[in-house]
Amino acid sequence: MNNFPETCATKQLNSVTTGHGTAITEIPTSLRPNRSGKKNRLSVDMALSHVFETPVSGFNFENSTRNILLENVLDEGKTKAPKPLKTGTTIAGVVYKNGVVLGADTRATSSEVVADKTCAKIHYIAPNIYCCGAGTAADTEKTTDLLSSNLTIFSMNSGRNPRVVMAANILQDILFRYRGMIGANLILGGVDCTGNHLYRVGPFGSMDKVPYLAMGSGDLAAMGILEDRFKVNMEVEEAKTLVCDAIHAGIMTDLGSGNNIDLCIITRRGVDYIRPYQESEYKQRRQEKYKYKPGTTPVLTENIVPLELELVHEMVQTMETA
Amino acid sequence: MDCILFLQNTRGLRSQLKDSVPVAGLCPQAGPYGIQDTLRMGFSSVKNELLPSHPLELSEKNFQLNQDKMNFSTLRNIQGLHAPLKLQMEYRAAKQIQRLPFLPSSNLALDTLKGTDESIGFEDILNDTAQCEVTGEPHIMTEYKLGLL
Repeated sequence: MNNFPETCATKQLNSVTTGHGTAITEIPTSLRPNRSGKKNRLSVDMALSHVFETPVSGFNFENSTRNILLENVLDEGKTKAPKPLKTGTTIAGVVYKNGVVLGADTRATSSEVVADKTCAKIHYIAPNIYCCGAGTAADTEKTTDLLSSNLTIFSMNSGRNPRVVMAANILQDILFRYRGMIGANLILGGVDCTGNHLYRVGPFGSMDKVPYLAMGSGDLAAMGILEDRFKVNMEVEEAKTLVCDAIHAGIMTDLGSGNNIDLCIITRRGVDYIRPYQESEYKQRRQEKYKYKPGTTPVLTENIVPLELELVHEMVQTMETA
Repeated sequence: MDCILFLQNTRGLRSQLKDSVPVAGLCPQAGPYGIQDTLRMGFSSVKNELLPSHPLELSEKNFQLNQDKMNFSTLRNIQGLHAPLKLQMEYRAAKQIQRLPFLPSSNLALDTLKGTDESIGFEDILNDTAQCEVTGEPHIMTEYKLGLL
């Protein structure tokens, strides 16, 4: 749809149809001089191809038709578009007496290959709110960045620290608008003036307020540990051990989770982001040195062939030194 | 498989098409030279022009308009007719504050009225019109705007 930025988008009157069958909404009447009904249609059509319509900002769906056609044509539908980088995660969160503990593993996978061994899955939202993200890595990253920016603008405007429920609501709005196309499963945890909160936000915009939570591909194992040992109003060391064990269970049982465990402890006084809290015990340790001394391989024969170059074209360009 | 997808989409889309602002051709088949751009758009078909290929295309195109419609009708129900009328008058006035036809405008007054100057969304990051690499030919654009074309 051709739409100049200055036209009122809800105008449905006075649309001019070109030969191509697309309609152009008319420019506002105040700026339009007297137009005769008859116009040289051919010149309008030709010149209109030079008229540039500014693209609409936001997501661009131009290539979706082409992508569907390509997928159908290549290998009769067997070849798919390259998959985005998923995190394949275990993330968990627990509310304890003085705050919230969030934990996450650090592996990012791209189908069957580990793409990143030290991926940071606990994102900063506000000084008192942090968020763990599972799902598509780029989606969680960008959505949490947007959320963080919006909350910063809010706190600069109002002079107040943001509340966790605000962050959860903004996330819900963003994710529901895109009907689950943005694959971000998020655990929001934070401490504000109303207390310690832990929220789960799903990719379709669902929200859950819970005292303990696990998400990601390793969530079943982690949830088992949490269900068994969670108690209300735990102490900080107990809560840290519980979350660490839950993530560890996820790492052991799920292929998509692994490597180190990060912990983030949020209290009224501040945040303690421990990265890594526990390193993987399966880190590669080389048994011996695998470098060879120079001269280990004996040279049997040596054959030198000089490369002959032929001068094809010579051009001299004098530089003006004035 | 594709037809089933489109069937499901039409059922949902028909309701969307009914209530929302009418669109005039989702996939304009004309390329930059005025003929069918087969490389990018595929073979021309009526289906391509009427139905979107991406499930979010239609809802995203009209998202801002539908939000405004919803908000104005709620405002009308709560505060009476004059409230949304006055607001829409102000929007229309602010929308006319533009620069020359081929130059991008910051729309500062409109942003302040709508409240979007205090929030950041995907429309501020992706495809930012202020950073568009292409621009229209100034003389042609001005002539079209003034109706002299």
